[in-house]
Amino acid sequence: MATYNTNEFRGGLKLMLDGDPCVIIENEFVKPGKGQAFNRVKLRNLKTGRVLEKTFKSGESVEAADVMDRDLAYLYTDGEFWYFMDNESFEQYQADANAMGDTTKWIKEQDTCMVTLWNGSPIAVEAPNFVVLEVTDTDPGLKGDTSGGGGKPATLETGAVVRVPLFVQIGDKLKVDTRSGEYVSRAKDE
Amino acid sequence: MTKRHLNDWRPGASIDTLKARARLLERTRAFFRERGVLEVETPLLGASFGTDPAIEPLTSEFNGPGYPKGKQLNLQSSPEFFMKRLLAAGSGAIYQLGKAFRNGEAGRRHNPEFTILEWYRPGFDAAQLMDELAALIRDLVDDQTLAVERCSYRSLFVEHLAIDPLEADIESFRRCARSRKLLLADDMALDRDGWLDLLMSSFIEPSLGATGLTFVSDYPASQASLARLNPHDQRTAARFELYWKGVELANGFEELANAEEQSERFEHENCRRFTSGQRPMPVDDALLSALEHGMPDCAGVAVGLDRVLMCQLDLEDIDRVLAFSLARL
Repeated sequence: MATYNTNEFRGGLKLMLDGDPCVIIENEFVKPGKGQAFNRVKLRNLKTGRVLEKTFKSGESVEAADVMDRDLAYLYTDGEFWYFMDNESFEQYQADANAMGDTTKWIKEQDTCMVTLWNGSPIAVEAPNFVVLEVTDTDPGLKGDTSGGGGKPATLETGAVVRVPLFVQIGDKLKVDTRSGEYVSRAKDE
Repeated sequence: MTKRHLNDWRPGASIDTLKARARLLERTRAFFRERGVLEVETPLLGASFGTDPAIEPLTSEFNGPGYPKGKQLNLQSSPEFFMKRLLAAGSGAIYQLGKAFRNGEAGRRHNPEFTILEWYRPGFDAAQLMDELAALIRDLVDDQTLAVERCSYRSLFVEHLAIDPLEADIESFRRCARSRKLLLADDMALDRDGWLDLLMSSFIEPSLGATGLTFVSDYPASQASLARLNPHDQRTAARFELYWKGVELANGFEELANAEEQSERFEHENCRRFTSGQRPMPVDDALLSALEHGMPDCAGVAVGLDRVLMCQLDLEDIDRVLAFSLARL
């Protein structure tokens, strides 16, 4: 069983806690001048997505999670599962809605996603940081209207809704930051 | 602890912060000059080291005349033992402004090498020294109205956690942590003082000094191996700490001057080191001889000046007040 000592703790390290794989978000070293040292660690449970804080006695070891991140191509969904493929080995994986989380609203077939595999199965799927998606619906608005500044909602081809500037029209392709869910720019035609 | 980007040669502290640091050092020296306290310098490399199981040395080795097989030297975790020898030699009130070293400590509030201010006042008790420390901090941060409050270690536990730190057993500490939703490793093995440290740093410390300087006094005797026991309650020692904005800034004692008692405490701590698998430390015989010769009754305190600067400038990471922290070496 691989283990990590608290001195190896850093953001991104994956541990097993109470039977679930977790990833370290933040690791803080806490120690009174004359007393016991601790590591106060903020973690995300990779199965449930829940964030928790746990305190370890410094110097102790914790079981490592047998987790790896792989870049996989998104193939399609049958509504219950989302299917991915490793473009080198052609091995296929299916992720459930829990593993997909929010990601479903950003990805299109052939997009490459970072898929976290635990014991060989996807437990988390991350969309690319930036995606280009077409606007399928938005209020046409008034031409030349630059007032308001707050923009308007636009529905994208994947179903996601983002706030966009008033000049954006149906059929435009937009670059969107999937981490914040915010409009970045209009995408240039390839 | 800040992670350095590759090729980042720059200091962690801004030039303005370095100027504030220089001002802090100047004002410290002016403060003690006005009060007639003598500045001293003692070795950073010592042959012995404190026995406190919570403090580990960074070590070095001298090879040269007189030491054909080499001599292990420890970078000092504080100048305390050397300064006590000066006090026994009749120095009178002394202060030292310099560096101290602790192995294994790195984080937002820790760097293995840090700036320490330590001073000793013959004839002072803990209360007088707390007053002087408060005056110094007010001076350093240029705020004569900074509020000062005092409370005892025990009263904090009673107030925040409804538990008596001097009497409760380990099982009650565990229950207390659990009832407050503190998630711990299942097999966390802590002794009494370990549990107290955990509860203190998780539930009490963050709120200490929110509106000014907070002194915490009368620590459990088991957490004060260099302090004198309180005559009114032998379960506690005349040890105090200073907190500001949730940050531990200073630690002080009425100094134990009894050589025999000190020797027993060193031995006891070395036993604890041995049972927990740590290397016992060579006991400082020169310090014990100095105490035997006679050290004046005094109180002493050590202040982490990097942290004072952090609090003054509202900086969250010690890397921001140091030219080059561990991650930038």
